[in-house]
Amino acid sequence: MKAAVVTFPGSNCDRDLAVAFAAAGFDVTRVWHKESGLPAGLDVVGLPGGFSFGDHLRCGAIAARAPIMAAVAGFARSGGHVLGICNGFQVLCEAGLLPGALMRNAGLRFVCRPERLVVATADSPFTHPWAAGTQVDIPVAHHDGNYRADADTLARLRDEDRIAFRYAGNPNGSADDIAGVLSENRRVLGMMPHPERAADARLGGTDGAVVFRALAAALATV
Amino acid sequence: MKARVTVMLRDGVLDPQGEAVRHALGALGFAGVEGVRQGKLIEIDLAATDPATAEAEVRAMCEKLLANTVIERFTVEIL
Repeated sequence: MKAAVVTFPGSNCDRDLAVAFAAAGFDVTRVWHKESGLPAGLDVVGLPGGFSFGDHLRCGAIAARAPIMAAVAGFARSGGHVLGICNGFQVLCEAGLLPGALMRNAGLRFVCRPERLVVATADSPFTHPWAAGTQVDIPVAHHDGNYRADADTLARLRDEDRIAFRYAGNPNGSADDIAGVLSENRRVLGMMPHPERAADARLGGTDGAVVFRALAAALATV
Repeated sequence: MKARVTVMLRDGVLDPQGEAVRHALGALGFAGVEGVRQGKLIEIDLAATDPATAEAEVRAMCEKLLANTVIERFTVEIL
């Protein structure tokens, strides 16, 4: 199985994301944002956390228009899997690959701490090992994680069971406690919490590793 | 030719930064501040000389990059 992790100027979780993919059995290629194509035979693209382009204009706005993103959009449209974490989630929203937007935290503070999440759906390649309602601990570290979408979009996300994770205790004011959402085909996941930071027992828990192992298992049966 | 783009959060979208400014103004003794909305002002120098062309160009820039129309609205002035 092949994963690519994109690095933008200002990404800072790209290596951790590559390590988490590798631990779940992926061959990982690192891709620079100025490249125009993705490696052949790819199964998943990871968009990492960080502060791409210094968060200028809006978080993820400039990265979403980087050359590599046309290839990522094409990959997603053709049924490829994409995992965007934190800044990667912001990039996916800015690129229009996921609905909604991530605004400044309601409390105006950067929030960096372990967070309890509720798995909102088991119906995705990223969450299938869990039962809906399972509580997991995955850390957050963001200033702009306050998920917003209009009422129709929120209703559609609920009706289509596309909310992947909710916060047990909302740290940022997100609508409907949303911590992560899925695309219509359920193969693109954007989430503010960092599963790659909870993917090793020596470093803050292993709940996050489930996301990567789940994806590996799902891809093995495709 | 210059363009001035104003980007504001849409009405109904809570503006946490504007709220913080409103509280701070109240704390400084400015009574009667009923609301504060914080936005962005972007000035652009353009090669275009025709105002209509310039405005169309800047509107396209807003749609594609300068504003996130999920949460923001924009106005364009050609100067």
